[in-house]
Amino acid sequence: MMPGAGSRRAVALHLAVIAVLFALNFILPEYHRGIFSRVMVLAVFAMGYNILFGYTGLLSLGHAMFFAAGLYGAGLPLYHLGWGVPESFVVGLACGVVLSAAVGVLALRTTGVAFMIVTMMFSQVFYLATLYFTTYTRGEEGLVLPQAARRVELGGVALDLTNPASRYMIALAMFSIVLLATLALVRAPFGRTLVAIRENEERMRMLGYDVFRAKLSAVILSGLFCAASGAAYALLFGYVGSGFASIQYSILPLLWVLLGGAATTLGPLIGTLFMFYVIDITSAYTSAYLLLVGVALILLILFFPRGLLGSIRERWLPWLP
Amino acid sequence: MASTLAIDGLDAFYGEVQVLRGFKLDLQQHEVLCLLGRNGAGKTTALKAIMGLVPARAGSIIKDGRDLTKLAPHEVPRTGVAYVPQGRRLFSELTVAENIEIGLMARGKGRTTRESVLDLFPVLRERLSQRSGTLSGGEQQMLAMARALCLEPDVLLLDEPTEGLMPSMIAKIRETVAGLRERGVSTILVEQRVDAVLSLADRVAFIENGQNRETLPVQAVRDDPAFVRRYVGVE
Repeated sequence: MMPGAGSRRAVALHLAVIAVLFALNFILPEYHRGIFSRVMVLAVFAMGYNILFGYTGLLSLGHAMFFAAGLYGAGLPLYHLGWGVPESFVVGLACGVVLSAAVGVLALRTTGVAFMIVTMMFSQVFYLATLYFTTYTRGEEGLVLPQAARRVELGGVALDLTNPASRYMIALAMFSIVLLATLALVRAPFGRTLVAIRENEERMRMLGYDVFRAKLSAVILSGLFCAASGAAYALLFGYVGSGFASIQYSILPLLWVLLGGAATTLGPLIGTLFMFYVIDITSAYTSAYLLLVGVALILLILFFPRGLLGSIRERWLPWLP
Repeated sequence: MASTLAIDGLDAFYGEVQVLRGFKLDLQQHEVLCLLGRNGAGKTTALKAIMGLVPARAGSIIKDGRDLTKLAPHEVPRTGVAYVPQGRRLFSELTVAENIEIGLMARGKGRTTRESVLDLFPVLRERLSQRSGTLSGGEQQMLAMARALCLEPDVLLLDEPTEGLMPSMIAKIRETVAGLRERGVSTILVEQRVDAVLSLADRVAFIENGQNRETLPVQAVRDDPAFVRRYVGVE
C-alpha cells in the first residue's frame, strides 16, 4: 500500500511524462521524432519484460519470441491475406497470449538458470522456424508491408500509419495505455503478489498463494505487452524479419530494463531512450562506437547499480513506483 | 480435550536422508505444545512436513478430518494452519502495511482482521509505511507473526521465535502466544530456550532422531530436570 501523497505524486509524474511526450510531437525535428516513435514502441517491449524480470524476478532469455509472435502475427495476415490493420493487430496480440501461455506452462516447471535456458531454447526454436518457413516469412530478408495496406479508419478519420505524425501519436497512445496499465498493476494486489513472490516464493506458498498460477499470469501479461509492441512495430514501421526473433532481441529488453531500473514503471522508457541515443551519438564519431557504448554502460553500472531510476528511487525518491 | 492436529507414523526425507521416522504428535485444542530436542533432531522438519514443504513418504497429518499430506503446499494454509519460519523471512522490499496486506489477501480477510492483528502488535501500527527490511529483529518477528495471524489460523507453527531477540521482545512474544491461546489458537512451538518453554508450554514433546520419544505435561518436566538433561543436554 503506497502512502497517499506518494501515490498522488506517482500518478502526476506519469501523466506529466505522457504530456511531455505528447508535446514533443510538435517540437522535435523529424529525425528525432522518428527515434522517439521507435523508442516508445520498444519501451512497451521493455515494460512487458519488466513485468516478468523486474516485478516477478524471473529472468527470461527468450522474450524475442513474444515480440516476434506479435510482429509475425500482425505482419503475415496483412501481407499474405490482405487483412486490415485492426484485425492484424488483434491477431498479433492473440499470438503473443497463446505462445506465452504455452511456453509459461512448460518453462515455469523450472527456476533460475534452467528457466533462462528453457526460455532461450524456445525462442531459438521460434527463430529457426522463421528461417525455415521462408516461403511465408522470407527469413532474414523479411517482408516489407505494403504502404497502401498500412492505413486504418478510426471513427471516420483515415489514419496513414506511414505518416510520421500519425505514427508518433499511435506509438504514444499504445505506450500511454501500457504505462498506465503497469502503474495500476503494481499498485494493485496482483502487483504486490508478484513482488512478494520475487522476494520469497516459498513464503508465499506458505501463506496459501498458488505461486505457479500467479507466475503464469505474469508470463502471459508480459507476453501480451511484448506482442503488442511487436505487432505495433510491424504495422507502424512496415517491416517483419527474422532478426527480430534472434537472441539479440531477447537480450536488448534485459539491457534496457537494467539500465532504466528494474521494477520501476518508467525505467524501461529511460533505459530504451538512453541506449538509442548513446548509440546514435557515439556512432556519429567513430565506427568503433560499440566500444564507447560499453564504456558508457560500465560507468552507468558503477554509479547507478540499480539502473537510473532504481538508484534515484533508492537514494532520493522512495515514492517512485 | 479434543485433538486439533494429529500426526501419525510420519516419515520424511531430505533427498535420501531420512529425518522423521514414524513421527507422532497430537496437538490438542487451546494448547501450546513445545518441541524440544538437540540440533538436527527433526523439530523444524516436523513443522515443514506439516506445511508440505518436506514431502511425507508415509504416515498422515489429520486436521478437521483432512489428511494434509495429500494437499499441495499452498493448500495447507487454507485449512487454518499458519507457519512462522525461523529467520522471519519477510518481504523486505515491501512496507509493513504491504506485508500485512499480502497476509490478508491470502484468505480474503479485510479491515477487521487487520485491526485485530495490529492491536496485538501496536508497534507495527507506527511503522506501517516503513520498509520491513529496515525493522529491528524484534519488530520483524512481530511482523512475521502478524502476517501469519492475518490468515486467522486455529493452528500456529512457530519456529524459534525468540532467537536473537532482546529480553523485552522475548517477553512480548511470550505474552502474544499466551494471548493467542486464550483466543483459541493452538500452537506448536519449536524453541531452544528451555526457560521460555517451561514458562509458556502446556505440554512438551521431546524429539530425538526424528521421533517423538515422549510427550509430557510441562509440570512433569519442571519437576524432573532429568528429561531436559537427557534430550537437550542442558540443565
